[in-house]
Amino acid sequence: MAYSDRVRGVFGSQLDEIREKGLFKQERFIHSAQAADIEVEFPSGADVRKVINICANNYLGLSSHPDVVKAAHEGLDSRGYGMSSVRFICGTQDIHRQLENKMTEFLGTEDTILFPSCMDANAGVFEAVLTSDDVMISDRLVHASIIDGMRLCSAQHDTFKHSNVEHLEKKLQLHADKRLKLVINDGVYSMDGDAARLDEIAELCEKYDAMLFVDDSHASGFIGKTGRGTHEKCGVMGKVDIITTTFGKALGGASGGCVSGRKEIVEMCRQKARPYLFSNTIAPVVVSGVLKVLDILSASTERRDKLEANTAYWRKGLTEAGFVLKEGDTPIVPVMLFNAKLAQDFSRDLYEEGIYAIGFFFPVVPNGQARIRTQISAGHEINHLDKALDAFRKVGKKHGILGLSKGEIIDKYGL
Amino acid sequence: MAEMKDIVLEYVREEYMEDEDEELNYDTPLISGGIVDSFSMVSLKRFLENKYNIQIPDEKATPEAFDTVNSIVALVQEYIK
Repeated sequence: MAYSDRVRGVFGSQLDEIREKGLFKQERFIHSAQAADIEVEFPSGADVRKVINICANNYLGLSSHPDVVKAAHEGLDSRGYGMSSVRFICGTQDIHRQLENKMTEFLGTEDTILFPSCMDANAGVFEAVLTSDDVMISDRLVHASIIDGMRLCSAQHDTFKHSNVEHLEKKLQLHADKRLKLVINDGVYSMDGDAARLDEIAELCEKYDAMLFVDDSHASGFIGKTGRGTHEKCGVMGKVDIITTTFGKALGGASGGCVSGRKEIVEMCRQKARPYLFSNTIAPVVVSGVLKVLDILSASTERRDKLEANTAYWRKGLTEAGFVLKEGDTPIVPVMLFNAKLAQDFSRDLYEEGIYAIGFFFPVVPNGQARIRTQISAGHEINHLDKALDAFRKVGKKHGILGLSKGEIIDKYGL
Repeated sequence: MAEMKDIVLEYVREEYMEDEDEELNYDTPLISGGIVDSFSMVSLKRFLENKYNIQIPDEKATPEAFDTVNSIVALVQEYIK
Protein backbone atom coordinates (compact mmCIF):
# COMPACT_ATOMS: atom_id res chain seq x y z
CA MET A 1 0.00 0.00 0.00
CA ALA A 2 1.41 3.32 -0.99
CA TYR A 3 -1.33 5.45 0.49
CA SER A 4 0.80 6.50 3.47
CA ASP A 5 -0.07 8.99 6.20
CA ARG A 6 2.09 11.50 4.37
CA VAL A 7 0.03 11.08 1.19
CA ARG A 8 -3.21 11.31 3.18
CA GLY A 9 -1.87 14.48 4.76
CA VAL A 10 -1.22 16.09 1.38
CA PHE A 11 -4.89 15.80 0.47
CA GLY A 12 -6.05 16.56 4.00
CA SER A 13 -4.31 19.90 4.07
CA GLN A 14 -5.69 20.86 0.65
CA LEU A 15 -9.20 20.01 1.81
CA ASP A 16 -8.67 22.00 5.03
CA GLU A 17 -7.63 24.97 2.96
CA ILE A 18 -10.85 24.74 0.93
CA ARG A 19 -12.85 24.57 4.17
CA GLU A 20 -11.02 27.54 5.69
CA LYS A 21 -11.80 29.66 2.65
CA GLY A 22 -15.49 28.83 3.06
CA LEU A 23 -15.53 27.16 -0.37
CA PHE A 24 -16.22 23.59 0.71
CA LYS A 25 -19.12 22.22 -1.32
CA GLN A 26 -21.66 19.88 0.23
CA GLU A 27 -24.46 18.09 -1.52
CA ARG A 28 -28.04 18.36 -0.36
CA PHE A 29 -29.91 15.08 -0.60
CA ILE A 30 -33.26 15.26 -2.41
CA HIS A 31 -35.70 12.52 -1.45
CA SER A 32 -38.19 13.18 -4.25
CA ALA A 33 -38.28 13.52 -8.05
CA GLN A 34 -36.97 16.78 -9.53
CA ALA A 35 -39.80 19.33 -9.59
CA ALA A 36 -40.92 22.72 -8.26
CA ASP A 37 -41.76 21.07 -4.92
CA ILE A 38 -39.01 18.85 -3.57
CA GLU A 39 -38.13 17.11 -0.31
CA VAL A 40 -34.64 17.88 0.93
CA GLU A 41 -32.36 16.52 3.65
CA PHE A 42 -29.88 19.23 4.62
CA PRO A 43 -27.51 19.11 6.31
CA SER A 44 -26.93 15.39 6.05
CA GLY A 45 -28.95 13.62 8.74
CA ALA A 46 -31.41 16.51 9.26
CA ASP A 47 -35.15 15.98 8.94
CA VAL A 48 -36.45 16.00 5.38
CA ARG A 49 -38.13 19.33 4.52
CA LYS A 50 -40.55 20.25 1.76
CA VAL A 51 -39.16 23.25 -0.09
CA ILE A 52 -39.72 25.10 -3.36
CA ASN A 53 -36.86 24.63 -5.78
CA ILE A 54 -35.77 27.76 -7.62
CA CYS A 55 -32.26 26.70 -8.59
CA ALA A 56 -32.75 23.79 -11.02
CA ASN A 57 -32.04 23.89 -14.75
CA ASN A 58 -35.47 22.30 -15.17
CA TYR A 59 -36.58 25.28 -17.26
CA LEU A 60 -39.51 23.60 -18.97
CA GLY A 61 -40.57 21.46 -16.02
CA LEU A 62 -40.07 18.29 -18.08
CA SER A 63 -37.67 16.43 -15.76
CA SER A 64 -40.51 14.43 -14.23
CA HIS A 65 -43.22 14.97 -16.86
CA PRO A 66 -45.48 11.86 -17.01
CA ASP A 67 -45.27 11.58 -20.83
CA VAL A 68 -41.47 11.70 -20.71
CA VAL A 69 -41.32 9.15 -17.89
CA LYS A 70 -43.70 6.89 -19.86
CA ALA A 71 -41.61 7.18 -23.03
CA ALA A 72 -38.49 6.34 -21.02
CA HIS A 73 -40.22 3.24 -19.63
CA GLU A 74 -41.17 2.17 -23.14
CA GLY A 75 -37.60 2.71 -24.32
CA LEU A 76 -36.33 0.62 -21.43
CA ASP A 77 -38.72 -2.20 -22.34
CA SER A 78 -38.06 -2.18 -26.08
CA ARG A 79 -34.34 -1.27 -26.30
CA GLY A 80 -32.99 -2.46 -22.95
CA TYR A 81 -31.01 -0.79 -20.17
CA GLY A 82 -27.52 -0.36 -21.59
CA MET A 83 -25.53 -0.92 -24.76
CA SER A 84 -22.16 -1.89 -23.27
CA SER A 85 -20.38 -0.24 -26.16
CA VAL A 86 -19.18 3.02 -27.64
CA ARG A 87 -21.22 4.29 -30.60
CA PHE A 88 -19.01 3.08 -33.45
CA ILE A 89 -18.51 -0.52 -32.29
CA CYS A 90 -22.00 -1.76 -31.42
CA GLY A 91 -23.54 1.12 -29.46
CA THR A 92 -25.73 2.79 -32.08
CA GLN A 93 -29.42 1.88 -32.11
CA ASP A 94 -32.01 3.18 -34.54
CA ILE A 95 -33.22 5.57 -31.83
CA HIS A 96 -29.77 7.18 -31.48
CA ARG A 97 -29.79 8.16 -35.16
CA GLN A 98 -33.46 9.17 -34.84
CA LEU A 99 -32.54 11.56 -32.03
CA GLU A 100 -29.67 13.01 -34.06
CA ASN A 101 -32.04 13.66 -36.97
CA LYS A 102 -34.69 15.18 -34.71
CA MET A 103 -32.15 17.52 -33.09
CA THR A 104 -30.93 18.58 -36.54
CA GLU A 105 -34.50 19.45 -37.49
CA PHE A 106 -35.22 21.15 -34.16
CA LEU A 107 -32.10 23.32 -34.24
CA GLY A 108 -32.28 23.99 -37.98
CA THR A 109 -28.77 22.68 -38.69
CA GLU A 110 -27.22 20.23 -41.20
CA ASP A 111 -26.38 17.28 -38.94
CA THR A 112 -25.96 16.25 -35.29
CA ILE A 113 -23.80 13.86 -33.27
CA LEU A 114 -24.67 12.75 -29.74
CA PHE A 115 -22.17 12.84 -26.86
CA PRO A 116 -22.45 11.42 -23.33
CA SER A 117 -22.82 15.02 -22.08
CA CYS A 118 -22.42 18.58 -23.34
CA MET A 119 -19.27 18.72 -21.24
CA ASP A 120 -17.98 15.90 -23.47
CA ALA A 121 -19.22 17.63 -26.62
CA ASN A 122 -17.23 20.73 -25.64
CA ALA A 123 -14.25 18.62 -24.63
CA GLY A 124 -14.15 16.92 -28.03
CA VAL A 125 -15.24 19.34 -30.70
CA PHE A 126 -12.36 21.85 -30.80
CA GLU A 127 -9.61 19.26 -30.96
CA ALA A 128 -11.50 17.34 -33.65
CA VAL A 129 -11.93 20.36 -35.89
CA LEU A 130 -8.98 22.74 -35.38
CA THR A 131 -5.18 22.52 -35.63
CA SER A 132 -2.24 24.69 -34.63
CA ASP A 133 -2.78 26.75 -37.82
CA ASP A 134 -6.08 28.00 -36.41
CA VAL A 135 -7.34 30.30 -33.67
CA MET A 136 -10.16 30.13 -31.14
CA ILE A 137 -11.48 33.50 -29.99
CA SER A 138 -13.74 33.08 -27.00
CA ASP A 139 -15.92 35.36 -24.89
CA ARG A 140 -14.30 35.70 -21.46
CA LEU A 141 -17.31 34.30 -19.62
CA VAL A 142 -17.79 31.04 -21.54
CA HIS A 143 -18.59 27.91 -19.55
CA ALA A 144 -15.86 25.91 -17.80
CA SER A 145 -16.41 22.92 -20.13
CA ILE A 146 -15.52 25.09 -23.14
CA ILE A 147 -12.37 26.27 -21.39
CA ASP A 148 -11.39 22.65 -20.75
CA GLY A 149 -12.12 21.75 -24.38
CA MET A 150 -9.99 24.63 -25.65
CA ARG A 151 -7.13 23.49 -23.40
CA LEU A 152 -7.15 20.14 -25.22
CA CYS A 153 -6.86 21.80 -28.63
CA SER A 154 -3.60 22.87 -30.26
CA ALA A 155 -5.10 25.93 -31.96
CA GLN A 156 -4.03 29.34 -30.67
CA HIS A 157 -6.35 30.94 -28.21
CA ASP A 158 -7.45 34.49 -27.56
CA THR A 159 -10.36 36.07 -25.72
CA PHE A 160 -12.64 39.08 -26.05
CA LYS A 161 -14.38 41.06 -23.35
CA HIS A 162 -17.75 39.67 -22.41
CA SER A 163 -20.33 40.45 -25.13
CA ASN A 164 -18.11 43.25 -26.47
CA VAL A 165 -18.39 43.05 -30.25
CA GLU A 166 -15.98 45.95 -30.81
CA HIS A 167 -13.29 44.07 -28.90
CA LEU A 168 -14.13 40.90 -30.84
CA GLU A 169 -13.69 42.75 -34.11
CA LYS A 170 -10.19 43.87 -33.06
CA LYS A 171 -9.30 40.25 -32.27
CA LEU A 172 -10.64 39.07 -35.63
CA GLN A 173 -8.41 41.65 -37.33
CA LEU A 174 -5.43 40.63 -35.20
CA HIS A 175 -5.80 36.98 -36.23
CA ALA A 176 -6.65 37.60 -39.89
CA ASP A 177 -3.72 35.41 -41.03
CA LYS A 178 -4.97 32.17 -39.45
CA ARG A 179 -6.21 29.23 -41.58
CA LEU A 180 -9.48 28.96 -39.60
CA LYS A 181 -10.98 31.30 -37.01
CA LEU A 182 -13.64 30.11 -34.57
CA VAL A 183 -15.60 32.61 -32.45
CA ILE A 184 -16.85 30.91 -29.31
CA ASN A 185 -19.80 31.98 -27.14
CA ASP A 186 -22.39 30.69 -24.73
CA GLY A 187 -25.89 31.37 -26.07
CA VAL A 188 -27.10 32.31 -22.60
CA TYR A 189 -24.46 32.89 -19.93
CA SER A 190 -25.24 30.70 -16.96
CA MET A 191 -24.08 33.03 -14.19
CA ASP A 192 -25.47 36.36 -15.43
CA GLY A 193 -28.40 35.07 -17.49
CA ASP A 194 -27.69 37.40 -20.41
CA ALA A 195 -27.88 36.24 -24.03
CA ALA A 196 -25.04 36.58 -26.56
CA ARG A 197 -25.49 39.29 -29.21
CA LEU A 198 -25.47 36.63 -31.90
CA ASP A 199 -26.90 38.85 -34.65
CA GLU A 200 -23.95 41.25 -34.43
CA ILE A 201 -21.46 38.46 -33.80
CA ALA A 202 -22.70 36.47 -36.82
CA GLU A 203 -22.32 39.57 -38.98
CA LEU A 204 -18.71 39.98 -37.83
CA CYS A 205 -18.03 36.31 -38.52
CA GLU A 206 -19.27 36.74 -42.08
CA LYS A 207 -17.20 39.89 -42.55
CA TYR A 208 -13.98 38.24 -41.32
CA ASP A 209 -14.61 34.70 -42.65
CA ALA A 210 -14.76 33.19 -39.17
CA MET A 211 -16.85 30.24 -38.00
CA LEU A 212 -19.34 30.75 -35.19
CA PHE A 213 -19.73 28.43 -32.18
CA VAL A 214 -22.52 28.65 -29.58
CA ASP A 215 -23.09 26.51 -26.49
CA ASP A 216 -26.86 26.75 -26.11
CA SER A 217 -27.21 24.57 -23.02
CA HIS A 218 -29.10 27.29 -21.13
CA ALA A 219 -31.29 28.12 -24.14
CA SER A 220 -32.28 25.02 -26.14
CA GLY A 221 -35.98 24.36 -25.75
CA PHE A 222 -37.13 27.75 -24.54
CA ILE A 223 -35.18 30.76 -25.90
CA GLY A 224 -36.59 32.16 -29.15
CA LYS A 225 -40.18 32.32 -30.35
CA THR A 226 -40.47 28.53 -30.73
CA GLY A 227 -37.72 27.60 -28.26
CA ARG A 228 -35.05 26.64 -30.79
CA GLY A 229 -32.41 28.65 -28.97
CA THR A 230 -30.40 31.85 -29.01
CA HIS A 231 -29.93 31.68 -32.78
CA GLU A 232 -33.71 31.85 -33.19
CA LYS A 233 -34.00 34.75 -30.72
CA CYS A 234 -31.32 36.69 -32.64
CA GLY A 235 -32.64 35.85 -36.11
CA VAL A 236 -29.53 33.92 -37.20
CA MET A 237 -30.83 30.38 -37.62
CA GLY A 238 -28.66 28.64 -40.21
CA LYS A 239 -25.75 31.01 -39.54
CA VAL A 240 -24.29 29.30 -36.46
CA ASP A 241 -21.75 26.74 -37.68
CA ILE A 242 -21.44 24.73 -34.45
CA ILE A 243 -24.07 24.46 -31.70
CA THR A 244 -23.41 22.35 -28.64
CA THR A 245 -26.20 21.69 -26.20
CA THR A 246 -27.34 19.43 -23.41
CA PHE A 247 -30.27 17.15 -22.72
CA GLY A 248 -29.52 17.62 -19.02
CA LYS A 249 -31.39 20.90 -18.57
CA ALA A 250 -34.62 21.96 -20.31
CA LEU A 251 -34.71 18.95 -22.65
CA GLY A 252 -35.71 16.45 -19.98
CA GLY A 253 -32.85 17.00 -17.57
CA ALA A 254 -31.43 13.46 -17.59
CA SER A 255 -28.04 13.50 -19.31
CA GLY A 256 -26.37 13.59 -22.71
CA GLY A 257 -25.54 16.32 -25.17
CA CYS A 258 -24.65 16.90 -28.79
CA VAL A 259 -22.73 18.82 -31.40
CA SER A 260 -25.04 20.07 -34.14
CA GLY A 261 -24.03 22.12 -37.16
CA ARG A 262 -22.28 21.92 -40.52
CA LYS A 263 -22.22 18.35 -41.81
CA GLU A 264 -18.45 18.24 -42.36
CA ILE A 265 -17.85 19.38 -38.78
CA VAL A 266 -20.20 16.73 -37.41
CA GLU A 267 -18.44 14.16 -39.59
CA MET A 268 -15.04 15.29 -38.25
CA CYS A 269 -16.37 14.75 -34.72
CA ARG A 270 -17.57 11.26 -35.68
CA GLN A 271 -14.05 10.44 -36.89
CA LYS A 272 -11.94 12.26 -34.31
CA ALA A 273 -13.73 13.48 -31.17
CA ARG A 274 -12.26 11.50 -28.30
CA PRO A 275 -15.22 11.63 -25.84
CA TYR A 276 -17.37 10.25 -28.70
CA LEU A 277 -14.85 7.56 -29.63
CA PHE A 278 -13.88 6.43 -26.15
CA SER A 279 -16.97 6.88 -24.00
CA ASN A 280 -20.12 4.80 -23.78
CA THR A 281 -23.21 5.53 -25.85
CA ILE A 282 -26.17 7.37 -24.27
CA ALA A 283 -28.48 4.85 -22.56
CA PRO A 284 -31.56 3.95 -24.64
CA VAL A 285 -33.85 4.98 -21.80
CA VAL A 286 -32.50 8.55 -21.96
CA VAL A 287 -32.67 8.69 -25.76
CA SER A 288 -36.32 7.60 -25.62
CA GLY A 289 -37.12 10.31 -23.08
CA VAL A 290 -35.46 13.08 -25.13
CA LEU A 291 -37.32 11.96 -28.28
CA LYS A 292 -40.58 12.47 -26.40
CA VAL A 293 -39.42 15.88 -25.12
CA LEU A 294 -38.80 17.00 -28.72
CA ASP A 295 -42.28 15.78 -29.71
CA ILE A 296 -43.82 17.81 -26.88
CA LEU A 297 -41.87 20.94 -27.82
CA SER A 298 -42.52 20.62 -31.54
CA ALA A 299 -46.27 20.25 -30.98
CA SER A 300 -46.77 23.37 -28.85
CA THR A 301 -44.94 26.39 -27.43
CA GLU A 302 -47.17 26.35 -24.35
CA ARG A 303 -44.39 25.45 -21.92
CA ARG A 304 -41.84 28.01 -23.13
CA ASP A 305 -44.62 30.64 -23.20
CA LYS A 306 -45.48 29.83 -19.58
CA LEU A 307 -41.81 30.02 -18.67
CA GLU A 308 -41.58 33.46 -20.28
CA ALA A 309 -44.64 34.68 -18.34
CA ASN A 310 -43.30 33.21 -15.07
CA THR A 311 -39.94 34.87 -15.62
CA ALA A 312 -41.54 38.27 -16.23
CA TYR A 313 -43.65 37.86 -13.06
CA TRP A 314 -40.61 36.86 -11.00
CA ARG A 315 -38.41 39.71 -12.25
CA LYS A 316 -41.19 42.26 -11.66
CA GLY A 317 -41.81 40.94 -8.13
CA LEU A 318 -38.14 41.06 -7.13
CA THR A 319 -37.64 44.50 -8.68
CA GLU A 320 -40.69 45.91 -6.87
CA ALA A 321 -39.42 44.38 -3.62
CA GLY A 322 -36.25 46.45 -4.05
CA PHE A 323 -33.59 43.90 -5.02
CA VAL A 324 -30.69 44.59 -7.38
CA LEU A 325 -30.94 42.17 -10.33
CA LYS A 326 -28.74 41.45 -13.30
CA GLU A 327 -30.66 42.80 -16.27
CA GLY A 328 -31.98 40.37 -18.84
CA ASP A 329 -35.02 38.45 -19.96
CA THR A 330 -33.97 34.82 -19.54
CA PRO A 331 -35.16 32.51 -16.71
CA ILE A 332 -31.77 32.89 -15.02
CA VAL A 333 -32.37 35.79 -12.62
CA PRO A 334 -29.37 36.64 -10.41
CA VAL A 335 -30.21 38.55 -7.23
CA MET A 336 -27.06 40.58 -6.57
CA LEU A 337 -25.70 40.70 -3.01
CA PHE A 338 -22.00 41.40 -3.86
CA ASN A 339 -20.66 40.13 -0.51
CA ALA A 340 -19.86 36.39 -0.31
CA LYS A 341 -20.87 35.91 3.33
CA LEU A 342 -24.14 37.78 2.79
CA ALA A 343 -24.91 35.45 -0.15
CA GLN A 344 -24.29 32.38 2.03
CA ASP A 345 -26.37 33.74 4.93
CA PHE A 346 -29.14 34.76 2.56
CA SER A 347 -29.30 31.28 1.02
CA ARG A 348 -29.44 29.67 4.47
CA ASP A 349 -32.24 32.01 5.60
CA LEU A 350 -34.23 31.31 2.42
CA TYR A 351 -33.95 27.60 3.15
CA GLU A 352 -35.40 28.24 6.61
CA GLU A 353 -38.33 29.90 4.82
CA GLY A 354 -38.82 26.86 2.60
CA ILE A 355 -37.04 28.18 -0.49
CA TYR A 356 -34.12 26.32 -2.03
CA ALA A 357 -31.70 28.67 -3.81
CA ILE A 358 -27.92 28.74 -3.71
CA GLY A 359 -25.43 31.55 -3.12
CA PHE A 360 -22.64 31.93 -5.70
CA PHE A 361 -19.39 33.72 -4.98
CA PHE A 362 -15.71 33.84 -6.03
CA PRO A 363 -14.24 31.85 -7.76
CA VAL A 364 -17.51 30.77 -9.44
CA VAL A 365 -18.30 34.44 -10.16
CA PRO A 366 -15.84 37.38 -10.06
CA ASN A 367 -14.78 38.75 -6.70
CA GLY A 368 -17.35 41.19 -5.31
CA GLN A 369 -20.19 39.86 -7.44
CA ALA A 370 -21.70 37.34 -5.02
CA ARG A 371 -25.33 36.57 -5.67
CA ILE A 372 -28.27 34.22 -5.29
CA ARG A 373 -28.87 32.72 -8.71
CA THR A 374 -32.56 32.00 -9.18
CA GLN A 375 -33.85 29.91 -12.07
CA ILE A 376 -37.47 29.93 -13.08
CA SER A 377 -39.35 26.97 -14.54
CA ALA A 378 -42.54 26.31 -16.47
CA GLY A 379 -43.11 23.82 -13.64
CA HIS A 380 -43.62 26.74 -11.22
CA GLU A 381 -47.16 27.95 -10.60
CA ILE A 382 -47.88 31.53 -9.53
CA ASN A 383 -48.40 30.37 -5.93
CA HIS A 384 -44.81 28.96 -5.91
CA LEU A 385 -43.47 32.29 -7.12
CA ASP A 386 -45.58 34.25 -4.61
CA LYS A 387 -44.31 32.12 -1.73
CA ALA A 388 -40.75 32.56 -2.92
CA LEU A 389 -41.23 36.33 -3.28
CA ASP A 390 -42.59 36.51 0.29
CA ALA A 391 -39.50 34.66 1.52
CA PHE A 392 -37.14 36.94 -0.43
CA ARG A 393 -38.86 40.03 0.96
CA LYS A 394 -38.67 38.67 4.52
CA VAL A 395 -35.00 37.69 4.29
CA GLY A 396 -34.14 40.88 2.38
CA LYS A 397 -35.75 42.93 5.15
CA LYS A 398 -33.87 40.96 7.83
CA HIS A 399 -30.56 41.87 6.17
CA GLY A 400 -31.67 45.46 5.53
CA ILE A 401 -30.97 45.50 1.79
CA LEU A 402 -34.41 46.14 0.28
CA GLY A 403 -34.33 49.31 -1.82
CA LEU A 404 -30.55 49.66 -1.51
CA SER A 405 -28.41 50.29 -4.60
CA LYS A 406 -25.28 48.29 -5.46
CA GLY A 407 -23.10 50.94 -3.79
CA GLU A 408 -25.23 51.04 -0.66
CA ILE A 409 -25.13 47.24 -0.25
CA ILE A 410 -21.33 47.29 -0.69
CA ASP A 411 -21.02 50.16 1.82
CA LYS A 412 -23.04 48.14 4.31
CA TYR A 413 -21.46 44.70 3.87
CA GLY A 414 -18.20 45.32 2.03
CA LEU A 415 -16.94 43.24 -0.87
CA MET B 1 11.12 52.77 -15.96
CA ALA B 2 7.95 54.60 -14.93
CA GLU B 3 6.94 54.79 -18.54
CA MET B 4 6.91 51.01 -19.02
CA LYS B 5 4.82 50.60 -15.88
CA ASP B 6 2.24 53.00 -17.23
CA ILE B 7 2.19 51.41 -20.67
CA VAL B 8 1.56 47.98 -19.14
CA LEU B 9 -1.02 49.40 -16.72
CA GLU B 10 -2.86 51.10 -19.57
CA TYR B 11 -2.81 47.94 -21.69
CA VAL B 12 -4.22 45.88 -18.80
CA ARG B 13 -6.95 48.44 -18.17
CA GLU B 14 -7.89 48.64 -21.84
CA GLU B 15 -7.67 44.91 -22.55
CA TYR B 16 -9.03 43.27 -19.41
CA MET B 17 -11.04 45.63 -17.22
CA GLU B 18 -14.81 45.44 -17.62
CA ASP B 19 -15.68 48.08 -15.07
CA GLU B 20 -14.00 51.47 -15.48
CA ASP B 21 -14.48 52.27 -11.80
CA GLU B 22 -12.56 49.17 -10.75
CA GLU B 23 -9.32 50.04 -9.01
CA LEU B 24 -6.09 49.16 -10.78
CA ASN B 25 -2.59 50.01 -9.59
CA TYR B 26 0.90 48.59 -10.03
CA ASP B 27 0.31 45.99 -7.29
CA THR B 28 -3.28 44.94 -8.06
CA PRO B 29 -3.30 41.12 -8.30
CA LEU B 30 -4.27 40.45 -11.91
CA ILE B 31 -4.35 36.66 -12.15
CA SER B 32 -4.97 35.65 -8.55
CA GLY B 33 -7.51 38.50 -8.37
CA GLY B 34 -9.44 37.14 -11.34
CA ILE B 35 -8.85 40.13 -13.66
CA VAL B 36 -6.73 38.18 -16.16
CA ASP B 37 -7.37 34.47 -16.77
CA SER B 38 -4.73 32.03 -17.94
CA PHE B 39 -5.87 32.15 -21.59
CA SER B 40 -5.96 35.92 -21.65
CA MET B 41 -2.41 35.94 -20.26
CA VAL B 42 -1.32 34.75 -23.71
CA SER B 43 -2.37 38.00 -25.36
CA LEU B 44 -0.60 39.99 -22.63
CA LYS B 45 2.60 38.02 -23.30
CA ARG B 46 2.28 38.67 -27.03
CA PHE B 47 1.74 42.37 -26.40
CA LEU B 48 4.88 42.60 -24.29
CA GLU B 49 6.96 40.65 -26.81
CA ASN B 50 5.84 42.81 -29.71
CA LYS B 51 6.08 46.08 -27.84
CA TYR B 52 9.58 45.51 -26.43
CA ASN B 53 10.89 43.24 -29.15
CA ILE B 54 11.74 40.42 -26.76
CA GLN B 55 11.00 36.69 -26.41
CA ILE B 56 9.73 35.58 -23.00
CA PRO B 57 10.22 31.79 -22.66
CA ASP B 58 6.94 29.98 -21.86
CA GLU B 59 8.39 28.58 -18.64
CA LYS B 60 9.06 32.13 -17.40
CA ALA B 61 5.54 33.32 -18.25
CA THR B 62 4.09 31.98 -15.02
CA PRO B 63 0.91 33.22 -13.33
CA GLU B 64 3.13 34.51 -10.50
CA ALA B 65 5.35 36.51 -12.87
CA PHE B 66 2.27 38.00 -14.53
CA ASP B 67 0.35 38.69 -11.36
CA THR B 68 0.99 42.43 -10.99
CA VAL B 69 2.11 45.26 -13.23
CA ASN B 70 5.25 45.54 -11.07
CA SER B 71 6.14 41.85 -11.51
CA ILE B 72 5.45 42.02 -15.25
CA VAL B 73 7.78 45.00 -15.61
CA ALA B 74 10.49 43.16 -13.64
CA LEU B 75 10.13 40.17 -15.97
CA VAL B 76 10.27 42.29 -19.13
CA GLN B 77 13.38 44.08 -17.89
CA GLU B 78 15.22 40.76 -17.63
CA TYR B 79 14.84 40.28 -21.36
CA ILE B 80 15.48 43.79 -22.65
CA LYS B 81 19.01 43.96 -23.95
